[in-house]
Amino acid sequence: MNMTQSAKPGTLPVPPKVRKQSGWSGFCKNMRQNKLLLIMCLPAIVFFFIFSYVPMPGIFLAFVDYKYNLGILGIFTSPFVGFKNFEALMANGKIWILTRNTVLYNLVFLTTSNIMQIAVALMLNEIASRWFRKVSQTIMLLPHFISWVVVGVFAGSLLNTDKGIINSLIRASGGEGINFYANPAYWPWILTFVNLWKGIGYGSIVYFAAIMGIDAEIMEAAAIDGANAWQRIRHIMLPLLKNTFIMLLLFSVGGILRGNFGMFYNIVGASNAVLQDSTDIIETFVFRALMNNFNFSQGSAVSLYQSLFGCLLVMASNALVRRLEPDAALF
Amino acid sequence: MANASVKAPAPPHMRARVHGIDDRSSIVLKTISYIFVSVFSILCLVPFWLLVVASFTAESEIIVSGYAFWPDTISGRAYEILFLSPKKIIGSYVVTIILTAVGTFVGLICTAMTGYALQRPDFVYRNRISLYIYFTTLFSGGVVPFYLLIVVGFGWKDNYLSILVPTILSSWNIILMKNFTRSIPHSITESALIDGANDFVIFLKIILPMSAPSLATVGLFIALGYWNEWYNAMLFLTQKTTYKPLQLFLYEIINKAAALRDSAAQANVPPQDLPGESLKMATAVVATGPIVLVYPFIQRYFIKGITIGAVKG
Repeated sequence: MNMTQSAKPGTLPVPPKVRKQSGWSGFCKNMRQNKLLLIMCLPAIVFFFIFSYVPMPGIFLAFVDYKYNLGILGIFTSPFVGFKNFEALMANGKIWILTRNTVLYNLVFLTTSNIMQIAVALMLNEIASRWFRKVSQTIMLLPHFISWVVVGVFAGSLLNTDKGIINSLIRASGGEGINFYANPAYWPWILTFVNLWKGIGYGSIVYFAAIMGIDAEIMEAAAIDGANAWQRIRHIMLPLLKNTFIMLLLFSVGGILRGNFGMFYNIVGASNAVLQDSTDIIETFVFRALMNNFNFSQGSAVSLYQSLFGCLLVMASNALVRRLEPDAALF
Repeated sequence: MANASVKAPAPPHMRARVHGIDDRSSIVLKTISYIFVSVFSILCLVPFWLLVVASFTAESEIIVSGYAFWPDTISGRAYEILFLSPKKIIGSYVVTIILTAVGTFVGLICTAMTGYALQRPDFVYRNRISLYIYFTTLFSGGVVPFYLLIVVGFGWKDNYLSILVPTILSSWNIILMKNFTRSIPHSITESALIDGANDFVIFLKIILPMSAPSLATVGLFIALGYWNEWYNAMLFLTQKTTYKPLQLFLYEIINKAAALRDSAAQANVPPQDLPGESLKMATAVVATGPIVLVYPFIQRYFIKGITIGAVKG
């Protein structure tokens, strides 16, 4: 009856930190005191339960021989085959190609984009004209707002063998056109560039904000002491950006086995088998297993492998960061 | 997430630029900066330019000499065909706008509520619920069980709910919102509690009005996600759905010859006369146009929002 009453600490002073009470009566008291806050979290709790936790046991698909017509419960009644799905992936070497591509692309994307984002943020800081800075920031952020489908159109209009502008320019200067879509060797470069193109604007804003947080007096003092522009960047700005860098890196390390499906699917093309050796990543493989081959079990096996290693990587990197730089750790 | 000791951005006069000092290294650095930033900005715009130009180029010219920075023969034929029987594209627009509006509204309210509750230091379950939400970013069942859940479990194949519901909340947005809201001093909540307001009233009447910049940012993230969404649409919408969301509509025009033939038939144009290439480009322009037009007005909030979110640690 007096639930609402005690939730309203009208007579009681609010303690600075409510300590958690133990035992059953304590639990009831906690629930009462936090009732409204719990209700406010309820939509999110239910949402993640249904769309994230309920599908988790479905990963059991990886260990059975599943057919689509069996429905959901078929996951658990299909014949158990142990690690057969994994063995098949290892036997044809597919899993190594997928891992290699996914991890290497991510490592290259991470390093190149962070370096370029920090560089652009430092450059923006050098730009004295407010107008110029605002306009260039706005323009550089624009690619972030475009869907991968449209980026795919962009890539096509640049790279198309007969009509693409790059080949037109090459031919106009007397060269031989390049058939990008038949040559896997170009793609690591193309994809890295596209990734930079889409991501520099956003990332440089994050780093620029961190630079803005640096006290100008430190910079002035350094300048008066005779540090030139490079030395100020090297010895003051970069060390101060380190925390932001570590945090962003940490957020990314867990995803090192997660590829950007939209990017690879739209830019490389849905069914370009010629390029697969250098462009097939875990996501595109799972997608094909699901939509083209209906091999749900093998797709799940790859997903399980991906989730498990990603999870371990986050734990490991967090432990490492906790040791080196306790403030930057995630949890 | 435990590291968000929020530091206010330094006031303008103490920011980290030292303009008074113009030694040689500074001048070199400045020159490089201006040149590089200009070149990169132009690179960001070039594809947009190419796209618009190609959509206005006569089909015969694209076939013969490819895309160009400037067309010899300007033609509005592609747009003419696109809007000759505008039912499909207008339907796509309506679907996308409704999905974006509903998804953003509901998603933003739930995200803000959760974000506020999770940063309250006196909320006993905040760490457990945070972990519960964060864990979903670490481990997932993968696409296959998710697909089965939506298609077999809910029976949402060819149902717009399959696009609206699964992306309405994201753990990143909740974490972001939580960090944003933390910059509002807890003492405000405390004094309102002493005055007898309950948690929900505090959230609605005090916290929400104070969170305008962060709501704008997270709202933009969510809206952008819906506008650019095509993945779930591709998984769950088949030919039975007449009006596809805009990005999927575009995807099919580009990648499926059938979709192109279909629009030719609708416009009563013989397939061989269809300006295929410029039509693809025109569809891309129409699908992207609203974003590029709205963009200059919203990017301010966006940059501000990322900046608030970024100044941590």
